[in-house]
Amino acid sequence: MSGTFIGMPAFPQAARASVHDATLRGNLRHATHTIRGKREQAVAEVADWAELREAGKRIKDHVLRHLDRYLVQLEESVTAAGGVVHWAADAEEANRIVARLVKETGEREVVKVKSMATQEIGLNEALQAEGIRAYETDLAELIVQLGRDRPSHILVPAIHRNRGEIRDIFTREMGEWGRPAPEGLTDSPAELAEAARLHLREKFLRAKVGISGANFMVAETGTLVVVESEGNGRMCLTLPETLISVVGIEKTVPSWRDLEVFLQTLPRSSTAERMNPYTSMWTGTRDEDGPRAFHLVLLDNGRTDTLADEVGRQALRCIRCSACLNVCPVYERAGGHAYGSVYPGPIGAILSPQLRGTRSEIDASLPYASSLCGACYEVCPVAIDIPEVLVHLRERVVEGGPVIREGNKVVLRPAKGHAAERAAMRAARWALTRPGALRTAQRLASRTRRLRPRTLPGPGRAWSGTRDLPPVPPEPFRDWWQRTRGGKDEAK
Amino acid sequence: MRVALFLTCVNDTLCPDTGRAVVKLLTRLGVDVDFPMDQTCCGQAHYNTGYRHEAEPLAEHFAKVFGEYEAIVTPSGSCGAMVRELYPRMGERARAEGRGDSLAVTLAPVVPRTYELTEFLVDVLGVTDVGAYYPHKVTYHPTCHGLRSLGLGDRPRRLLQAVEGLELVELPGAEECCGFGGTFAVKNSDVSAAMGADKVRSAESTGAQVLCAADNSCLMHIGGTMSRVGTGMRAVHLAEILASTREEPAA
Repeated sequence: MSGTFIGMPAFPQAARASVHDATLRGNLRHATHTIRGKREQAVAEVADWAELREAGKRIKDHVLRHLDRYLVQLEESVTAAGGVVHWAADAEEANRIVARLVKETGEREVVKVKSMATQEIGLNEALQAEGIRAYETDLAELIVQLGRDRPSHILVPAIHRNRGEIRDIFTREMGEWGRPAPEGLTDSPAELAEAARLHLREKFLRAKVGISGANFMVAETGTLVVVESEGNGRMCLTLPETLISVVGIEKTVPSWRDLEVFLQTLPRSSTAERMNPYTSMWTGTRDEDGPRAFHLVLLDNGRTDTLADEVGRQALRCIRCSACLNVCPVYERAGGHAYGSVYPGPIGAILSPQLRGTRSEIDASLPYASSLCGACYEVCPVAIDIPEVLVHLRERVVEGGPVIREGNKVVLRPAKGHAAERAAMRAARWALTRPGALRTAQRLASRTRRLRPRTLPGPGRAWSGTRDLPPVPPEPFRDWWQRTRGGKDEAK
Repeated sequence: MRVALFLTCVNDTLCPDTGRAVVKLLTRLGVDVDFPMDQTCCGQAHYNTGYRHEAEPLAEHFAKVFGEYEAIVTPSGSCGAMVRELYPRMGERARAEGRGDSLAVTLAPVVPRTYELTEFLVDVLGVTDVGAYYPHKVTYHPTCHGLRSLGLGDRPRRLLQAVEGLELVELPGAEECCGFGGTFAVKNSDVSAAMGADKVRSAESTGAQVLCAADNSCLMHIGGTMSRVGTGMRAVHLAEILASTREEPAA
């Protein structure tokens, strides 16, 4: 990932460009609708889906409630199995730890398993600054990396690219990073996959250090789990001598048995597969098999702060399946980049403003990047009530209030730019708790109805730019009701 | 049974025809419906924009105005969902903020007595054939809060199917949001407009003359888009279709 999210414009401005990009709209519509339909079928096959969803929710809530205990247990289990555990409070500390561990091996390049946590902390850029080259090996992450692009989807980071664009990127860029693309490469999926396979193979065979995230960490046994579809992840997890895994603390589950639930709900929700193709599990190190050294970097980076918020903490249940992205009508039209974070879509709109705070323009705008249609909540396999959290975060933006940042209690000031709205909301509340005031306003609107323009000036253009205003009736309902005694006196 | 019409502030001000249709329909079905004159707004716009504390007095006002009725009927899925789903949540939040039980206790009585119109017709009155006549080709858009928060299910469709002369055609991608979303429509107007345009295109593809829904806020967005792009279609509230009869057909 060579792009950066710093200084992103607010969501509405970023989305404006993507809404009018016909190629992007086409790519996203095709991809999200295809996976949406498949997911629906895959979920409908499971008779006890509602119970699995509830179980997943409860397991995660239980872990989050007792995270202190489970993390210590996890550290003990991983250590007993031959791994080394490092604790990172934030992105900077995590990057520093990983860079040091890589340098200690004497290597200058690493192969990477697709990982959201390392994207979140900007690990590739941090390693590059230390003279270490990180190669993404997930096919879609490779497309993003070669294209000097940013991921726009949690599961399918290159969802915004079509086959033709991918062929062009491979042809142009592969030679810069290693084995060039074959001559005369076409946009057929088989040829593109083969080009990536050949390009990546030499990296797998050469690399001495692998870096991964993890989907789950089992506290009881110290086992880490990576769920992927290509097998490239397994190459990185098994071939190198040193394996470094950077994992968010909320990825812990108490016992091996808890995986039973998530290994059913995750594949069906994300790729619509009944069973995940490559599920890699490892516990510490083994003599003469797999990596000789294993390091686990436990990442906080805003998670403990998020945990302190009793409404917002449910976002930490997320298992990164992307079902909410695929079903979201806003994501489908705005595209992932507009969310200004490695976590786009509905889950990103509640995760980013919590992990990063609401101080930046983009983070303060994310809670509004939703029509609150609720489709995300409906498909979420751990029942995160995303609309509830969005509204809660809107409140945080407009009202401010006490939150936990970097472990300390701070009182947020209301965000700038909401003063006029706040005044309007107060005035509306005042008028609407006084029926007489509402009636006066309605009558005024009715009397001046002929003056109503077809379009509005200033901020009103946001409505009337694309939609006609509704006509104002000659009298409000309440006047008709009173005049005719509920229609009883109305002339037939 | 004492039945109150909670028309909603938007309908009262901008869509009195919908209110008259509900009164006509319920009266025809033998319900003596009252319109408490002190009603204003449920507070949904405040709540969903992040002004929960401004919404609280509006919710308390609602509870005071409608507290004595046995059933409160509203022709709006989203305002119905505000009362049913979010009033209890407001009470819980106030409690969690150490402000005691008073808000929860004040709001509790109106929560189970509030019905969206199609729920009231199908579940309380037990009718699906309301004796309506509407000789048009109609497609139905289930609005999000009615669909997902209230779980209206097939009630609106069953009511429409029983209307004489009405040809109901399926709307492709019906369950996708139209893009209104309250203040979303202006805060994210580009995305909102794109969603609206797609919804109108789907509606046009059905060949229907009328798109109907049970929420006028969404219909204002869809209808406003229809009239701007110049389709021959109209956006009509479900109540106006159900109120229409052979003797007094809707315009």
